[in-house]
Amino acid sequence: MPEPSAAKNTGAGGATLDVRVWRGGADGEGRYQRFSVPRLASQTVLDVVTWIQRHADPSLAYRFACRVGMCGSCAMSVNGVARWTCRTHVAKVIEGERLDIAPLANLPVVRDLVTDMREFFDKWARAKGQFQPTATRHDDFAVVRPESQARAQVDAAIECIGCGVCYASCEVVAWNPEYLGPAALNRAWTLVRDERDGARLDRLAAVSGDAGCHACHTHTTCTERCPKHLSPTASIAGLKRATALAIIKGDL
Amino acid sequence: MSTKGVLEREPLSSRARGEARAWVAQRVSAAVLALCVLVHLVTMIVAVRNGLSADAILDRTRGNLAWAAFYSVFVLAVGVHAPLGLRVVAAEWLQWRGRSADIACVAIGLALIALGARAVAAVAL
Amino acid sequence: MRSGWANRGHPAFWAFVVHRISGVLLALFLPLHFLALSQAIAGAGALDAFLAWTRNPWVSASEVAVVFLLAAHFTGGLRLLAIEFIGWKVESQKALLALAGGGAVFFALLFALNLV
Repeated sequence: MPEPSAAKNTGAGGATLDVRVWRGGADGEGRYQRFSVPRLASQTVLDVVTWIQRHADPSLAYRFACRVGMCGSCAMSVNGVARWTCRTHVAKVIEGERLDIAPLANLPVVRDLVTDMREFFDKWARAKGQFQPTATRHDDFAVVRPESQARAQVDAAIECIGCGVCYASCEVVAWNPEYLGPAALNRAWTLVRDERDGARLDRLAAVSGDAGCHACHTHTTCTERCPKHLSPTASIAGLKRATALAIIKGDL
Repeated sequence: MSTKGVLEREPLSSRARGEARAWVAQRVSAAVLALCVLVHLVTMIVAVRNGLSADAILDRTRGNLAWAAFYSVFVLAVGVHAPLGLRVVAAEWLQWRGRSADIACVAIGLALIALGARAVAAVAL
Repeated sequence: MRSGWANRGHPAFWAFVVHRISGVLLALFLPLHFLALSQAIAGAGALDAFLAWTRNPWVSASEVAVVFLLAAHFTGGLRLLAIEFIGWKVESQKALLALAGGGAVFFALLFALNLV
């Protein structure tokens, strides 16, 4: 990547950003390290992090992959809010000249801006977020009408790519260590409403109780922050209705 | 080859079932309270208009079985709703969970119902 | 790492805080309320003595506050029941929040105006 020159700083006139980046290890002990980063037009937060690692401090650890807003790997906490850094323009989130970059909240830190996502995916599994087939290769194709209410509900929630932004944003996850979280519950809902799936009651059992959908207080922070504009709140409300009905009917 | 039943049917743990039932009870009592609170708010506004004196209140409520029944339902619903709400607050903000928290929850419920029943008796009987 | 207050500064989160705080305060208030009403057992005179105390402006102000807390918890609760059981869209939450907030203020004002 070519050195950014002052001549290229259209509209920014050679200005610099005052960036604080959280540096630390798995023990959670760390501190913010300051960097002066050249300010460029149309710069994203991922551009800033990449510049720091390439020009200022090669020991900075961070994750990214597609850098075009498809994979969700670059999620970090920017000025206190979880975002995809590749899709976050500096101009949109900067406070004065200051930019604070930290690892996603509610997850253990591996190093610097890299978090350990295992718990996030373990909870996905605990919510029974896997499709359970009921047909075999000898059966006809399942016919699922896309305009049916159930499929519409699934379609509204199916685009989750497991980036962790909602999980990092949820206050209940912070207060309740066992809480499965918005992403896992959202995925469970898409399967509960999938007419081909065969594990409905197992899944409703998995998402019941203080670790499950019943711990959601409709803060809707997850829905506010989801970069794909999904609504885990709505999915979790659906799970609340489905579990309540199953409890009242005695199925659970 | 059947693929049915690959996910082992794990029964809902009794703890989780209890918690889920508590949630349902919380919402059901909330619905009951929604009606009771609406009536109570309107009643209080009307009562305050006509001046709050013991005679004015007791005139309307003493020996009135309808009020007694209404407030008894109110007290029972509160006795369910308030402790369950406090239980969640204790778990999330005080990190107080488990058996002792559950016992405290039940104790608070019983205390509220006892005090409430006494108040209903005082005013309506 | 814990998320900070920047994460929480959105309307639905404040609605939650109001709902939770009002619930806790109401739960603390209720035993006092029941005990006060139980004064009537000792006869109208005892209840009147208590009611005279409530005419103190500080107490009156607290009563308005309690009515507001009850109204806020009530309207906030209706909003939650609508989202959870009727499946009202979370995106229309701003309208729901305005409704809930406005309703609570309405009740409290009505009470306060009749008290004065």
